[in-house]
Amino acid sequence: MDADITSLHLDVLKEIGNIGAAHAATSLSLLLNKKIDMIVPKVEMVPFNDMMELVGGPENVVVGIYLRIEGDASGSMFFILPVEQANRFIKRLIQDETFDFNAIPVPEIGLSAMQEMGNILSGSYLSAFSDFTGLKIYPTVPGLSVDMFGAIISTGLIELSHVSDHVIVINTSILEEGYEQNETVKGHFFLLPEPASFHAIFNALGVS
Amino acid sequence: MSVGIGTVVKVGIAQMDVVTTPNTIRTSGLGSCVGVVLYDERKKIAGLIHVMLPDSTLGKVVPGNVAKFADTGIEAMIELLLKQGVQKFSLKAKIAGGAQMFKFSSDQSSMRIGPRNVEAVKQALRKSGIRITAEDTGGSSGRTIEFDPETSKLMVRTVNQGVSEI
Repeated sequence: MDADITSLHLDVLKEIGNIGAAHAATSLSLLLNKKIDMIVPKVEMVPFNDMMELVGGPENVVVGIYLRIEGDASGSMFFILPVEQANRFIKRLIQDETFDFNAIPVPEIGLSAMQEMGNILSGSYLSAFSDFTGLKIYPTVPGLSVDMFGAIISTGLIELSHVSDHVIVINTSILEEGYEQNETVKGHFFLLPEPASFHAIFNALGVS
Repeated sequence: MSVGIGTVVKVGIAQMDVVTTPNTIRTSGLGSCVGVVLYDERKKIAGLIHVMLPDSTLGKVVPGNVAKFADTGIEAMIELLLKQGVQKFSLKAKIAGGAQMFKFSSDQSSMRIGPRNVEAVKQALRKSGIRITAEDTGGSSGRTIEFDPETSKLMVRTVNQGVSEI
């Protein structure tokens, strides 16, 4: 299947990332009462190891929200935040300047807030995706983990690894006004559709 | 003797490699994947596989990458070590990983892949008559591991518990 993906297909996937992340960024902006922008998405077909090297590499500690999508299209979705950025968001959300994801244990209220933020943002992203494509999709309740990026993202690669050694990643980063923006300090949405879903997605959008 | 002489050989996800002392071998960010070290204490040689899936018969396409699976990966690693003059009976194993990174209420098989990977690795090692001398598996934390064939020690690092040696 991989060989059949053309640049037109990648553009279609880019548009999905664009629309999805734009909705999620708006939700985040409203939630935090803060200006949030997004960068035009990157869509790439990469070997698993290249995926592991994103967001500062496999050992970099991040806050990760993960959910599975089932239905007309299936795949995995991640919302990954560097710890500093997640701390800023949650401090603002729960109005507690002392909150820290590095604390052991992490205070329950912050974890709940992060979980809820993951719910809202992935919901915005995926309902935009569903509206745009007309496909019915059913996301699982998101799970939360604060751990090494490689350990988190590989969860989404497992399902794909049955049929492939590559992943098509729809990668959108979010920009927070007033902070330095480089690869390791940005938040990311990753949508990893499964190969079996491409046909449905492209068909729904009239590209075959 | 000592620090800085050897290099650290890095093994990526679904990959494998072999080192001899003074080099060490490392893989980063193991989640549900399992890091399997096969080593010969006297020859000071070790191989590391970063296993993603339990069983090669689960792959729906031709399994081109043997290191991805517990069964074919361990078999291929033994072959590789035998070619380097290692005797099969002198091989021992240390394993780490197989965590469940996310907790879900649904009992989907893909969510339990960590424990299944560990079980498959143990089964493959048993089949080859290789004894496991140490393991750090399960739980819900990511791990980075590094093996030193000089000392036969496996360093395991997690975010919350820091570094330990097994």
